[in-house]
Amino acid sequence: MRHLIHAEWTKFRTVRGWVIGMLVAIPLTVLVGLLGPAGSQMSCAGPDGQPCENNVPPTGPGGEAVHDSFYFLHRTLTGDGTITARVATLTDAEPWSKAGVIVKRDTEVGSTYAAVLLTGGHGVRMQHDFTEDVAGPVSTSDHQWLRLTRDGNTLTGTTSPDGEHWATIGSVQLGGLGDAVQAGMFVSSPEHVEITRGFGSVDASGGPTMATATFDDVSVDGGWAGDWRGTEVGGESGMDTGHQESGGEFTITGHGDIAPIVPDQGSRGRTVENALIGVFAGLIAVLVVATLFVTSEHRRGLLRTSLAASPRRGQLFAAKAVVIGGVSFVTGVASAALAIPLVEQVEVAKGMFLFPASTWTEVRVVLGTGLLFAVGAVLALAVGMLLRRSAGTVTTVVVGVVLPYLLAVASVLPSGPAEWLTAVTPAAGFAVQQTVPEYPQVNASYTPADGYFPLSPGGGFAVLCAYAVAAVVLAVVALRRRDA
Amino acid sequence: MEATIEVTGLRKRFGGTTALDGMTFTVAAGQVTGFVGPNGAGKSTTMRVVLGLDAADAGHALVGGRPYRELRRPLHHVGSLLDAGALQPSRSARNHLLWLAHSQGLPAKRVDEVIAVTGLGPAAKRKAGGYSLGMRQRLGIAAALLGDPPVLMLDEPFNGMDPEGIVWMRTFLRDKAREGRAVLVSSHLMSELQDTADHLVVVGRGKVIADTSVAELIAAASGDRVTLRTPDRTQAMTVLGRAGGTVAATGADTVTVGGLTSGAVVALLTDNAVPFTEIAAHRASLEEAYMELTRDAVEFQAGQS
Repeated sequence: MRHLIHAEWTKFRTVRGWVIGMLVAIPLTVLVGLLGPAGSQMSCAGPDGQPCENNVPPTGPGGEAVHDSFYFLHRTLTGDGTITARVATLTDAEPWSKAGVIVKRDTEVGSTYAAVLLTGGHGVRMQHDFTEDVAGPVSTSDHQWLRLTRDGNTLTGTTSPDGEHWATIGSVQLGGLGDAVQAGMFVSSPEHVEITRGFGSVDASGGPTMATATFDDVSVDGGWAGDWRGTEVGGESGMDTGHQESGGEFTITGHGDIAPIVPDQGSRGRTVENALIGVFAGLIAVLVVATLFVTSEHRRGLLRTSLAASPRRGQLFAAKAVVIGGVSFVTGVASAALAIPLVEQVEVAKGMFLFPASTWTEVRVVLGTGLLFAVGAVLALAVGMLLRRSAGTVTTVVVGVVLPYLLAVASVLPSGPAEWLTAVTPAAGFAVQQTVPEYPQVNASYTPADGYFPLSPGGGFAVLCAYAVAAVVLAVVALRRRDA
Repeated sequence: MEATIEVTGLRKRFGGTTALDGMTFTVAAGQVTGFVGPNGAGKSTTMRVVLGLDAADAGHALVGGRPYRELRRPLHHVGSLLDAGALQPSRSARNHLLWLAHSQGLPAKRVDEVIAVTGLGPAAKRKAGGYSLGMRQRLGIAAALLGDPPVLMLDEPFNGMDPEGIVWMRTFLRDKAREGRAVLVSSHLMSELQDTADHLVVVGRGKVIADTSVAELIAAASGDRVTLRTPDRTQAMTVLGRAGGTVAATGADTVTVGGLTSGAVVALLTDNAVPFTEIAAHRASLEEAYMELTRDAVEFQAGQS
């Protein structure tokens, strides 16, 4: 087997066209990736005419990009304590408008927090640190008692429909809270978004919103100090937000959102997978070379020479798969490792911001691109062994692996078929690039065109692998049975 | 390992065509065995079955007593040349030999040795796509020699070779046989094997028609005939025919006589005062002997060789 792998490697490296074709995949991935940011122009017209540059969103405790803007009516809580309030009314609310009680390290954006809140359309929730969200008990009442208790770094959220029967939603640990924190009531209301998708078209419309909530029956217990103060966390919204108090009843009007930022089409934020948009082009080059690696032997009758040198046919195929898979893996890793920093550099220069990704995530995506290339190449090799024709094989694998991806991410298809295609075809393997999670508590368009694959990175890759395994089994059976 | 090829009762059909119909023969060590027959007689199919490339419907083929598919490093057992054109055109001849060598665990040094032996020389660095058919045959021979195998099996190695190449090939084949190897060479032209083959396996319609030494075959085809050169052909034919000979005119002044010994012919001609300039036992050419054998076996079928 070692000798056979050595022989197949010699075969590969001694045909200049194949080596060049494989190497071309690297600049192809980078250059197609650069087309996106290089061709885009972004103008930012803020109220004060801020430039786009350095306009980077805040990050939460977990390092993710977040929205952290809301109207906060707060006092200082030192040590342990409890706040209880009833949300009597919540008006003008979006489904994810929020009104409730919150304990936050300070009024800085992105600081750690925990909150118990009533939403416009999703009931009572307990949320903390932007990404975490737990639903409370279902209630038919449109007003709710909410209570948040601090015990050291442990925050416990409870709720009651009547002020007498309380149910615990959850208990969370916050790191780095400090002794003195800001705690109180808040209201936020995110952008109104409407997205209409048709064949080849996407219409998005929306605008800023405000919601108003009245809190009554407010009580605090523990080390509270100072008066109630209103703060617009995240800076002036330029909207008519604020609070009023009369006879122990607080009316708060707020705008904004406390949630992770979710990338979507046209967003100024770029994800790691945005930098890898050229991977499909590099993959096509890899698929063509992998196909020729086997079909050229059929075309020239060279397969007989190979089989005379290696009568154990399964081993011959395995050696070919190891070589083309290995070469493709290295090509994929190199392509992604170059494309990510180069494309991101241009994106930043163009005034976009980068969604933070951990080193581990980037390594995972780079290795995942290598695996995508490797398994795609082995699939092409197997299909080539079955069909014995270059043109038919290249067409089959490109239509099977690349075309569904392109149709899905280029917004050619409506989201339903797009999700279906990227789940059941070998193009599901592109999910290895996924770095941004879907958040159920954020209303956004989670479609392949926005960078969301229906399957997880591992799941999508498993679908691609299943196709490759099936093709390899068929190829080896055919190779064993057929006369050469 | 014994240097032999044994083929026993091979049968194979491709669709409605019978390619092999009980093919049976043995190739012995130390001699060149010619594998001769018209196109479509089953020579190449037999060789593919021997190499385990095609599966026979019945029968078996052994190399040195073992099926080819069981050989671990097969090029050390059998060197074969099936199709000299089976090359990746953009790969150099040397690199073609190099991957084959690597597949058998052989070092690059062995590649340079076979390049020298086959006279490819500096041309080995060129792309194989630019090679003439004669060069490709030499490259194929070089590939067959890589593992220094005791058995050589070559399909139509003379195809496309220039006269110099044919002389080289004949010497090469005889040398390999003299070293004790079993050499099987197929050809559809008997004349190519004249003065090369020691033994012949003549095939037609997928089976063996004759399996004989070259000397025996020629003797059989020659019969007991006598060739006579005479200026008086008519008189000679009359005299010899009257004496019971089978007489045929084969040229303006040559006659072939059957059924009479050369002594009887001389006596008869002298007695009757018929002049003659030359008398000899008739010796058939290999081509003649072959034509006689395959007359019934020829299939007029193009393509398959």
